[in-house]
Amino acid sequence: MTIAAEPPRRAFRPGQLLYDTRYRGITIQVVALILLVALIAFLVRNLVVNLHALGKDFDFGFLGNRAGYDIGQTLIPYTNNDSHARAALVGILNTLLVAGLGCVTATVLGVLAGVLRLSKNWIVSRLMTVYVEAFRNVPLLLWIVLVYAVLSEATPAPTAFRGEDAEASKLFGLIAFTNRGTYIPSLVWGEGASTLGVVLVLSILAALVWRAFARRRQEATGQPLPVLWVSLALLVLPFALTFLLLGAPLTLDVPTIRETGIARFNGGINVLNSLVALWIALALYTGAFIAEIVRGGILAVSRGQSEAAFALGLRPGRTMRLVILPQALRVIIPPLISQYLNLTKNSSLAVAVGYADVRATLGGVTMNQTGRELESILLLGLFYLVVSLIISGVMNIYNRRIALKER
Amino acid sequence: MSDLDAQTIAYARDTMLPPAPPPRREAGAVRWVRENLFSGPLNIILTLLALWLLWAALRDVLPWAFRGIWRADSVSECRTIRNELYGEGVSAACWGVIRSRWQQLVFGFYPSSELWRPPLALIVFLLAILPVLFANLPRRLLWLAPAAPFAIVWLLWGGPIWGPVAAALGFVLAWVVWKALASRGLLVAFLGALVVSVLYWAFLARPLAAALTSILPLGLTPVRSADFGGFTLSIVIGLSGISLSLPLGVLLALARRSEMFIISKIAVIYIEVIRGVPLIVWLLVAQVLLNYFLPRGTNFDILLRVIIMVTLFAAAYIAEVIRGGLAALPRGQYEAADALGLGYWQAMQLIVLPQALKISIPGIVNSFIGLFKDTTLVSIISLFDPMRMSSTIRATTEWGGIYWELYIFVAAVFFVFCFAMSRYSIWLEQRLERSHR
Repeated sequence: MTIAAEPPRRAFRPGQLLYDTRYRGITIQVVALILLVALIAFLVRNLVVNLHALGKDFDFGFLGNRAGYDIGQTLIPYTNNDSHARAALVGILNTLLVAGLGCVTATVLGVLAGVLRLSKNWIVSRLMTVYVEAFRNVPLLLWIVLVYAVLSEATPAPTAFRGEDAEASKLFGLIAFTNRGTYIPSLVWGEGASTLGVVLVLSILAALVWRAFARRRQEATGQPLPVLWVSLALLVLPFALTFLLLGAPLTLDVPTIRETGIARFNGGINVLNSLVALWIALALYTGAFIAEIVRGGILAVSRGQSEAAFALGLRPGRTMRLVILPQALRVIIPPLISQYLNLTKNSSLAVAVGYADVRATLGGVTMNQTGRELESILLLGLFYLVVSLIISGVMNIYNRRIALKER
Repeated sequence: MSDLDAQTIAYARDTMLPPAPPPRREAGAVRWVRENLFSGPLNIILTLLALWLLWAALRDVLPWAFRGIWRADSVSECRTIRNELYGEGVSAACWGVIRSRWQQLVFGFYPSSELWRPPLALIVFLLAILPVLFANLPRRLLWLAPAAPFAIVWLLWGGPIWGPVAAALGFVLAWVVWKALASRGLLVAFLGALVVSVLYWAFLARPLAAALTSILPLGLTPVRSADFGGFTLSIVIGLSGISLSLPLGVLLALARRSEMFIISKIAVIYIEVIRGVPLIVWLLVAQVLLNYFLPRGTNFDILLRVIIMVTLFAAAYIAEVIRGGLAALPRGQYEAADALGLGYWQAMQLIVLPQALKISIPGIVNSFIGLFKDTTLVSIISLFDPMRMSSTIRATTEWGGIYWELYIFVAAVFFVFCFAMSRYSIWLEQRLERSHR
């Protein structure tokens, strides 16, 4: 006679779908899925009805049509006879340009400000606190407009650069800040300039090989080799030698003011104030956030680490480079990624100063001219989404590599 | 030994020296300056650089700001006064623009006779939120919170009082049904409350409000959303976005961490799509695209559309912050809740969320600051926020060419709000930290 009876096998009852935790999850998910599908069906139905009523269709053919508008700043050749697709591409490149410039500058500014904010120097640390708080607590849009106003109100007109004793002078004799934009010198590729490029690539490779060799030797024998000086020499010397041998194939085209007629600069590249303003404002704004991240990262490394490094006889510079930074980086990298993403997305504020980014071309003029709101915004959103996913994907891989070194 | 004693005693001094002050350079201000400003070559350079930077930045700005002229009604009047006071060509701020356009900057085009309403609405909001923010206030004040949204909507947009009252009655009805059916199971009670309140809102609320209005016409002058502007608009969008996005964010974070595959994937897709695209594009969607996705003929207020969009946007960011808090909670807490036999919602409400929210407070407040700053973006879809308002003022004949004064004013107001929020978050963090020990 067995006491332990078989567990009662009762027939499945519908009530179990609600009250039995084994089945409830499935019920909830099915209900959620049904609701979601119903919602999507509702939205799509409305969309179809609305498009039909307005006499519109869903078609990306408009991208091939002639754009018919001019863009002030382009990285690739573009005229108003080109297609909307090319205009969108110009916008995309402009967005990526300002985002790239901004990320680099913001990182430099942010690291500098974050380290200086921890400095013992009272005035410097206070100044950095003021910088960080001022930029973190005031909207970015306002900074962009403000920097733009400074650039166009507080810089001289091109006429001021005229004459023997001009009122305004170029920075280092090369860069002219005017209220019509900043003029920078451009590189002119002469005969044999490609050899120069090959030499540069080869020296970079050589420097990398030397670095790897030095590291392997130090790991094997404990003897350090000078990496910095040798790399610098490898980079500079061959380049300089070829440059002189080939007879200076690479020259700078420095902008010069026309002394008569309309005050314009000849030569060089004109960087519109809208780009400069956007770049400076984005860099300063994001730099303030990065400064806080860097400060937090350095503070997160416990004091014992630097004390131990000093006890081992490492100098402050090496302590920072070999002990503190590698540990701080692990804390710093993930929020840094999201700051880069934020900067890229914030570059869409370009519309406030009239910089032709993708939001202003594809999501602005093209959309208004063709009346293709749905398609334009869809493409626009897709572009930003893809950029975001790529940046966060790449950075996540890097982050994983750094994190692996943990115990 | 005695020899030694004798020798030492011979050298011993029998009177105490009077205490001497520390050397000049090792005390007081001099020491502080030496240690903090000039302790090494690098520091000396940095100090000089900082001083030069300060001087370069403030040399022109400070005199300009302090010479500022407050009593003027136009740029030309400003110039006349400046020429009288300081002479031609001296730079002087013209703060008169803020004094004379104060009302537009703060209230937009809100009717002049009704200007008491937005501040009162803000006070009601603060009263409702204070007991949540500061735990040492009497708990009874919490009863204000459910009534506040209706009062605020009524104060801001006006109209007969019975509209909000009738809408609020729906919630009361739902609560009554919930209580009555609670003994028959949570699901039954929830569905019952949902059905009754939805039916009430769909069929009864409007006639009821109309009937009550005809019996007792109590109300305020209606104000159109288009008349909202200036900081009132920023604060309305910001505060409604903040208070609506928090519960949505909590739900999204829970959904993302849920073990149910479909639910968590829906949440992941939602969060990543929203976060991957800038707010400007979402505002563009709200402005031009939303009407495509709604039944034909629906056309609701742009301000409402913006608030909904901003809420949906901020919720994704807050969800990520809270997810971090949920992940940081030790697993033992979840297991302890299970061991006590608590259901999912009980465990979340009593054990998990209070701790997770506490951990994520700094992040939440940062998202709120970001959201409040982002309200300036609505100027791009032509709502009259402070930024657009200042360009409008600049476009008038009286104030053409006034840049810095308006920007500085707008920046200062935003700074005060955001700085206060960040200080509050630091204070709260420290207070909660202490309660742990």
